[in-house]
Amino acid sequence: MKDFILKRIAAIILPFVCIYGFYVILHGHVSPGGSFAGGIILGLSFIAYSTIYGTEKGRAKLPERVLTWTESYGTLWYVMMGMVGIVRGVPFLANKLAGVDLGVPGALSSGGLISLIGLGVGIRVASTIVTLFFTMMEEES
Amino acid sequence: MKILIDKLIINYPYFISVVLFMIGALTVLTRSNLFKKLLGINIMESAIFLLFVAGGNIRGGASPIIGKATTESVYINPLPSALMLTGIVVSVSVTAFALALIVRLYKSYNTTDARRIATMRDEVTER
Amino acid sequence: MKIKNILILLVVLLATYGILMAVAELPPYGMPDNPVHNQVSERYINEALEDTGVLNMVTAIVLDYRAYDTMFETIVLFTATLAVVITLKSWKKEGER
Repeated sequence: MKDFILKRIAAIILPFVCIYGFYVILHGHVSPGGSFAGGIILGLSFIAYSTIYGTEKGRAKLPERVLTWTESYGTLWYVMMGMVGIVRGVPFLANKLAGVDLGVPGALSSGGLISLIGLGVGIRVASTIVTLFFTMMEEES
Repeated sequence: MKILIDKLIINYPYFISVVLFMIGALTVLTRSNLFKKLLGINIMESAIFLLFVAGGNIRGGASPIIGKATTESVYINPLPSALMLTGIVVSVSVTAFALALIVRLYKSYNTTDARRIATMRDEVTER
Repeated sequence: MKIKNILILLVVLLATYGILMAVAELPPYGMPDNPVHNQVSERYINEALEDTGVLNMVTAIVLDYRAYDTMFETIVLFTATLAVVITLKSWKKEGER
């Protein structure tokens, strides 16, 4: 009975939690939040799905190939964004010195490289949390 | 003694942070279960974050987002909050690795009692 | 209650009393003229909008002024995940053999 109620409620609420996580990551520069908090909310929606519906279905949604790819390339994305400064002859990880157009403050696409870096860090933190959960849940087999 | 209590009531976040730190330290030192020691370490780290972030607050100040301050209020200090983000991430990493080590210890010695594991490894004598 | 636990409680209470006497001498909580609010935070507050173009000051500090620290912090997260996977996966392979 408790299983049935949890499954029905989770099917309604969990997509909204996932969208809320993306909202907090993408609006990190105009409202409170930022990349770390949004990444944890996004990862938590996948963990809740995997707890309620079983580990088999959770692992089918995010196979190990996707998690490895997201985790490694998330760290590399940060360093690539820093190399934009070196290519143009200014110090590493420069935003305004490298000549990037800053845009109108308050719009969604302002800030230059800050929103791109924030997106990368957010997805990477979500992948870390989900990887830790799946590795520790594997022991019950 | 009364002056001390008056000053502590003005600085109540620092007082609560020190009490939390004491509770965490007691939990680490007296319990012999490995999971409870790990929770005590986590409580101590949370107390330190509270101390630093509460140090940068201004009474009646506005959040550090441009557009929220009227002409009467000032912005609070954004620097301690930004620097404690790194500390929170380090705390999560240490907790995750400690949990993995506890799982390995349980599979090897079949118990989660720190005293009995030390007895099995011949580090303390039998009581 | 064992004797050792009561002794530990006494020592920790003594240390807490010492720290409380030091904490009471800190500047009062929440006043705008504390030594914490010096010219470093003034510069970050006054010039964050024209240097970076974002409205959130904490994001501007973490991802633009001090982006080097955030890069090392993501590397710390990566190393922790690596350590956990190495510790737990080798046990599973051992148990299967």
